[in-house]
Amino acid sequence: MAEPAAMETEMTCREAMRAALRESIIDDDRVVLMGEDVGAYGGCFAVSSGLFDELGSERIIDTPLSELGFVGAGIGAALGGMRPIVEIMTGNFSLLALDQIVNTAATLRHMSGGQLGVPIVIRLATGGGRQLAAQHSHSFDGWFGHIPGIKVWSPGVAEDFRWMLSAALADPDPVLIFEHVGLYGRSGPVGARSDAGDPERAVIRRPGRDLSLITFGGTLPMVLDAATELFGDGVDAEVVDLRCLRPLDTSTMVESVRRTHRAVIIDEGWRSGGISAEVSARLAEHCFYDLDAPIGRVCSREVPMPYPAHLEAAALPSVERIVEAARAAMDATVVVETW
Amino acid sequence: MTTRMELLRTMLFMRRFEERCVPLYQQQAIRGFLHLSVGQEAVAAGVGSLLGPDDSVVGTYREHIHALAKGVPADAIMAEMFGRISGCSGGRGGSMHLFSADHRFYGGNAIVAGGLPLAVGLGLADTHFGRSGVCACFFGEGAMAEGAFHESMNLAALWKSPVLFACENNLYAMGTSLERSAASTDLAMRAGSHAMPALSVDGMDVEAVIEATQRALVHLRAGQGPVFVEYRTYRFRPHSMYDPELYRTKQEVERWRERDPLTMLGDRLRASGELDDEMWSAMLAEVDDEIEVAVERAEAGGIEPVDDLARYVLAEVDHG
Repeated sequence: MAEPAAMETEMTCREAMRAALRESIIDDDRVVLMGEDVGAYGGCFAVSSGLFDELGSERIIDTPLSELGFVGAGIGAALGGMRPIVEIMTGNFSLLALDQIVNTAATLRHMSGGQLGVPIVIRLATGGGRQLAAQHSHSFDGWFGHIPGIKVWSPGVAEDFRWMLSAALADPDPVLIFEHVGLYGRSGPVGARSDAGDPERAVIRRPGRDLSLITFGGTLPMVLDAATELFGDGVDAEVVDLRCLRPLDTSTMVESVRRTHRAVIIDEGWRSGGISAEVSARLAEHCFYDLDAPIGRVCSREVPMPYPAHLEAAALPSVERIVEAARAAMDATVVVETW
Repeated sequence: MTTRMELLRTMLFMRRFEERCVPLYQQQAIRGFLHLSVGQEAVAAGVGSLLGPDDSVVGTYREHIHALAKGVPADAIMAEMFGRISGCSGGRGGSMHLFSADHRFYGGNAIVAGGLPLAVGLGLADTHFGRSGVCACFFGEGAMAEGAFHESMNLAALWKSPVLFACENNLYAMGTSLERSAASTDLAMRAGSHAMPALSVDGMDVEAVIEATQRALVHLRAGQGPVFVEYRTYRFRPHSMYDPELYRTKQEVERWRERDPLTMLGDRLRASGELDDEMWSAMLAEVDDEIEVAVERAEAGGIEPVDDLARYVLAEVDHG
């Protein structure tokens, strides 16, 4: 057995995921990590750094550039009794494996009448903010959240980076974990596994009375910053971290909005047809009469992500835009974005 | 070792089973897409006769006879095509999505080449756990145009995954002939470039199928990695029940019918005195009776309650 983590240590999200990977692979001989450059290179974002030397090439498996092939092989390995963790270098590359994820992993259990489950974990680096332009920066978590038969989790704090993996491996169904690249270097407290709770339940990261800021993953830190700024202006915002986009924890967000009567959803994905639209629809379905203001949304501009820093910053959600949307909600108006 | 008479009976069962599906489709007892293998029986029967319970099979959407070859009961396959709860997928998959975990039969995949990566992973798991099984992965020559084919061949060779890449080359990807879709029609040469043994064999001759597959299995079971075998075969019937067959001539089909795998083996058995008309008639009657029982049981089968529609999207277990 790997040694248990010490109580309440501070670590980066990268270190937290590395510790989770190491522990999972040491503790369970069914578990392997496979993906592009996860081994000898140490991981594109250095998440698996050092594991190849320690655990060997049979447990940390470098794959060729064959997303469709190795995701499908991971599914087959899961059918054969393994618990593969498949890393896809960026969310954009997951589109090369979409067929295997959507047509196979998501369908097999239902299509086979309950006979065949696919206990695979697929980890994807996601998100913008690093000037990596239009083929390395997009957020497809909401897209995958559309698909029945898979689960979509998105850690926003170090504690979730540390503990979501073991929960995903214990799950008998396919779990996709979207890890925002902007979070890897951020630190946070990590306690015992039991402190992290059920990854499919949303968590109130900051309680507040005046409005609910609903987000997940990479935008969580800036939403917390926005809440701090708003508090200075006398607005007490509650921050809801969804953590899981499928299944979506409707009750936590609805209960929050019933208390605050105002909601702004912050999602780095595009707005049209995105997860923010789904959250908005659920709030309208469940607590329409509790609302004192139109539901606001802060999403990425509907453009392919541009390279230059000033354009990328303009395309992504920001503290400024979140504060503006929150103030509009307090005024019972809405920031109407025409794009 | 399967006898030649047993092989003949297996192929006859496959043939009559699928021919029985035609009127059932016309009567709308079977719906959706229906792809028959009539003419291609020697491949599934031959390969299947060499597989054991520890081996796995991955098929395509033309997979009824592969499921039969792996031991999935005819009743359960027919019931599946009828959409009944007694079907091998509980009625949820239909003709294109037969599954049986107990028989290690992993589909039933209607995405061309979609099963190949799975086969690599199934082989990887067998190796990882030190199990002796191999995976027989069936696909058509059309699948060789997909990226998944090349990705899977490379991964399997790289990882020495014990996969029999069983290519059923029936010359047509739906209605597009091999020569109109592949710049290089030498399939074994293309497969061989992935650093694995690759051979071509007459897929209409079940004894040739067995001989070549045995050679492949020796390599596979010795842990030496995957093997590709091209089985040159032909489907006598249209691609599916919707196909008007505008892309090939009746004469071409008739020429291939002269090499019917049942006739070829039957003639040899008659020449050696193992088979006569009376035995053939008795075998036919027995096979048809069995199939009729499967049809009757399928018709009598219940349907899944609508209340169960959302079951098995995810597992129904408490996993804490």
